[in-house]
Amino acid sequence: MSNITNDEVDVVIVGLGWAGSIMAIELAKEGLKVRALERGPDRPPEDFAYPKPADQYAYAIKNKVFATPRDAALTVRYNDSETALPTRKWGAFAPGTGVGGSGLHWTGVLIRPTTTDLKLKTYADHAYKRGSLDPDMRIKDFPFSWEEIEPFYDKFDKICGLSGTTGNLKGVIQPGGDPFEGPRSSPYPLPALHDTYNSSLFAATAKKMGYHPFPNPSANVSQAWTNPYGAQLAPCNYCGYCSKYPCLNYSKASPQTTILDVVKRMPNFSYRANANVIRVDLHADKKTAKGVTYIDENKNEVFQPAKIVILSSFQFANVRLMMLSGIGQIYNPLTETGTIGRNYAFLSNGDATLFFKDKHFNPFATAGATGEMFNDISPGNFEDGIKLGFIGGAKIHSSQATGAPIGTSLPKGTPGWGKGWKEGMVDWYGRSMKIGITTTCQSYRGHHLDLDPNYKDPWGQPLLRMTFDWRQNELKLQRYLRDIVLGIAKELGPDSISENFLALDSHWDITKYVSTHNVGGAIMGDSPRDSALNRYLQSWDVHNVFVPGGNAFPQNFQANPTATIGAITLFAAEAIKNQYLKNPGPLVQV
Amino acid sequence: MINKLTQFLTTAVLALAGAAANAAPDQALIQRGEYLARAGDCIACHSAAGKPAFAGGLAIDSGHGIIYSTNITPDKQHGIGAYSEKQFADAVRKGVRADGTHLYPAMPYTSYAKVNDADIKALYAFFQSGVKPAAYDPPATSMNFPFNLRWGMGVWNYLFADTKPFVAQAGWSDKVTQGAYLVEGLGHCSSCHTPRGFAMNEKAGNSGQPKFLAGGELNDWPVPSLRGLPRWSEAQIVDYLQTGRNHGSAVAGEMTAVVEHSTSRLQDADLQAVAAYLKQLTPVPPRGPAVKPQGKEETARKLTAAVNLTLGERLYLDNCAACHFVNGQGASRVFPELDGATVINADNPTALVNVVLHGARTPSTEKAPSILVMPDFSRRLSDAEVASLATFLRQGWSNSADSVSERDVARIRAKAH
Repeated sequence: MSNITNDEVDVVIVGLGWAGSIMAIELAKEGLKVRALERGPDRPPEDFAYPKPADQYAYAIKNKVFATPRDAALTVRYNDSETALPTRKWGAFAPGTGVGGSGLHWTGVLIRPTTTDLKLKTYADHAYKRGSLDPDMRIKDFPFSWEEIEPFYDKFDKICGLSGTTGNLKGVIQPGGDPFEGPRSSPYPLPALHDTYNSSLFAATAKKMGYHPFPNPSANVSQAWTNPYGAQLAPCNYCGYCSKYPCLNYSKASPQTTILDVVKRMPNFSYRANANVIRVDLHADKKTAKGVTYIDENKNEVFQPAKIVILSSFQFANVRLMMLSGIGQIYNPLTETGTIGRNYAFLSNGDATLFFKDKHFNPFATAGATGEMFNDISPGNFEDGIKLGFIGGAKIHSSQATGAPIGTSLPKGTPGWGKGWKEGMVDWYGRSMKIGITTTCQSYRGHHLDLDPNYKDPWGQPLLRMTFDWRQNELKLQRYLRDIVLGIAKELGPDSISENFLALDSHWDITKYVSTHNVGGAIMGDSPRDSALNRYLQSWDVHNVFVPGGNAFPQNFQANPTATIGAITLFAAEAIKNQYLKNPGPLVQV
Repeated sequence: MINKLTQFLTTAVLALAGAAANAAPDQALIQRGEYLARAGDCIACHSAAGKPAFAGGLAIDSGHGIIYSTNITPDKQHGIGAYSEKQFADAVRKGVRADGTHLYPAMPYTSYAKVNDADIKALYAFFQSGVKPAAYDPPATSMNFPFNLRWGMGVWNYLFADTKPFVAQAGWSDKVTQGAYLVEGLGHCSSCHTPRGFAMNEKAGNSGQPKFLAGGELNDWPVPSLRGLPRWSEAQIVDYLQTGRNHGSAVAGEMTAVVEHSTSRLQDADLQAVAAYLKQLTPVPPRGPAVKPQGKEETARKLTAAVNLTLGERLYLDNCAACHFVNGQGASRVFPELDGATVINADNPTALVNVVLHGARTPSTEKAPSILVMPDFSRRLSDAEVASLATFLRQGWSNSADSVSERDVARIRAKAH
């Protein structure tokens, strides 16, 4: 091991997933010397050439393109009185690693939050009687208006080739789309994917019941698409290998398919894979960073001097790196001081599986984002939450995300192994459909991230500790949504139904996969008192550090996070280009 | 006194020479030379992996021995730094080195003969002042007898080389003339696209001859005719040259590097001129059986139903349909169209089989940066399977070409490097 110092760059980017790639291309196009450091391996297209990724065991079971717990473990507990234990196997969520990050294996559902979701605190204060919600709830507004952020959602939609049906074009509601979506400045770039049988059944029934279903907005593109950077996507062939898989067909928007081939051509951009950043190095006054230190593949400790540091790793990796580097103060839930680690939120899923003896769903012909959803039960769109004392909602959907055989749903009573299981598979494969919910999750005083006092990584640095459990607000919401889902299910008339929803006494189960939509921990806000970042994702404490990612969300909405991560990253990149470069310093004065 | 005078004169001459050498080279001229060097794709042959640009050393298998490209950097000992403009012009246009020895026509001097004096001047400026000198000696070329006798090239030149300057044809527009100048000259498109005779000589040397750019075979690969390009519009030709892909095709084989290093770097106006020129050449009349348009629907229907499939059809569905679809249409600018494709319907199936075995990848270019990879199927498919698949491709939809045998595939697989 030796100490190496690299040539100085204008911008160092830590983590080359969606946020890192967006920052890389936007800042390199500005002429800055940009270098990205990625903890995991490089992932060139040959790695996932057809038909290599069509391997459920390697990718979905053995997590081929995910971080290993050895590299990215954290410790978990329900509350501050417990001792947290380290994750040794991914369960509820599974972060990616390597070039492309989680953007390589995401499902491809590219949906925006509603205008209300971005101003949830304002909505709650307006709609709910004082004291009717959990006093520990710490929800906040996003620190920008819809009008300010919409152009960046629009740009990201075009980068990804968003396929779907427009619901609200400049305030005019469009047929077939989501009537609850915020006004769009331009229509979806591409038409929706073809519906699968299950989702058309679901949509027809939901519509009959008065809901407003629309096709899942998808970044598995329905037609060939050339994005504004000149990168090309290919029409999706509905092979079904999306979530947890790199796309074998150039059809799913990822950093690889939308950005990297373009930015790699630029002489002022470079990147290093297998470069594990262990800290941001600050100047003595802790007001600015002078670069980052990483461990390279030969275990050398390398200092990378830089004028601007972008932390664009996965949500909890960003939060941990801020803590390890002494950027800002770690949140203390007792005193509610400190900003790094507050407002962590996850989310819950639930579903009903409907079995039909006489229906064939051909589940192998599908895309990650095929399906229909409706947004009628989301904040501001229904009254019952206010009456029943909870805030939140869900997108309710019937998707057909994969026909992969391992883990296929079988009716209750079917043996889990052996001859009986095999017979059950023959009888029931392709004869079931799911109706699911993806819920909001609010943030609370007691839900937070900090550094674990007991467990360390291979470099001797403490693991991140997560304190999280379900609250009554989220569990009441689940019970409410369950009734809606089962109501639709009954209407469809299956031969049997099995269900999977949380009970009012449920604890969070970290062993069962939900999604990887972890948010918060280094949130954006209007004040350095209760947020880590300003509206431009700039650290309030160290002004040349910007932290784009899910970490910036003050709570979790029912929409998938990627569209918003893309939009706020583009918004921040614009601020760096137009404001910060001219006048380096805090971009928001308080 | 004489000594003194000599000394004085020598010093004066040296001073003058020094002044000339130090005179700031005309940047615009160097840049023009750089652009022309790209049009000529000089880097393709005069650079080897891991060696400095233009330092030579690329091994070119002539079939009669290995020719190593030369160092054309301005290094005085190893390169062409000591060449006068006249010597440089003779090397480029006549294939004669400064020492009087002959170059092998792997160097396309028969095409470069058409480069005009102004462009030679610019190229000279670039290779003397725009390229970094590299002190590198490429390996010596070793040819079999009698090709090792370089003087023999003089005879070859006398018999076969058409080193006449470029002549515009009557009736050509300025645009077509410009395209012809580029194609016949620096572009040296005829090196691959004009059929060759028994002595490896190109059978035609200029646009006036019907065999010029009429396609043929090179190293066992079928090379398409560029005459008229009846299936493509001018815009589609430009798109192909600029990006390595167009509405229905994607580049494969040797042409990939040509697009990446040369044609994608050319200005729109030059590419448009090239397209206009190619379009006005009289097409080679198609040989062999006509296409069978009724097959289009039939094949798509059979693949969709997916029952009673032949081995070739089944292999197509399992390996190819994901991208190229049951209708063989692919996707515009992403996955090439297979129905009617030249490479599939060529008499010689070598290129098709090579692409199936080894895949292809689009070059990353300014206007189309995405590298789209067609996977290689060499490990996945046996010779018999590749033969069945290739036969299906050549006879599916409206395609109508001879079947491919297992032995053909085995031969092609064995030859691949």
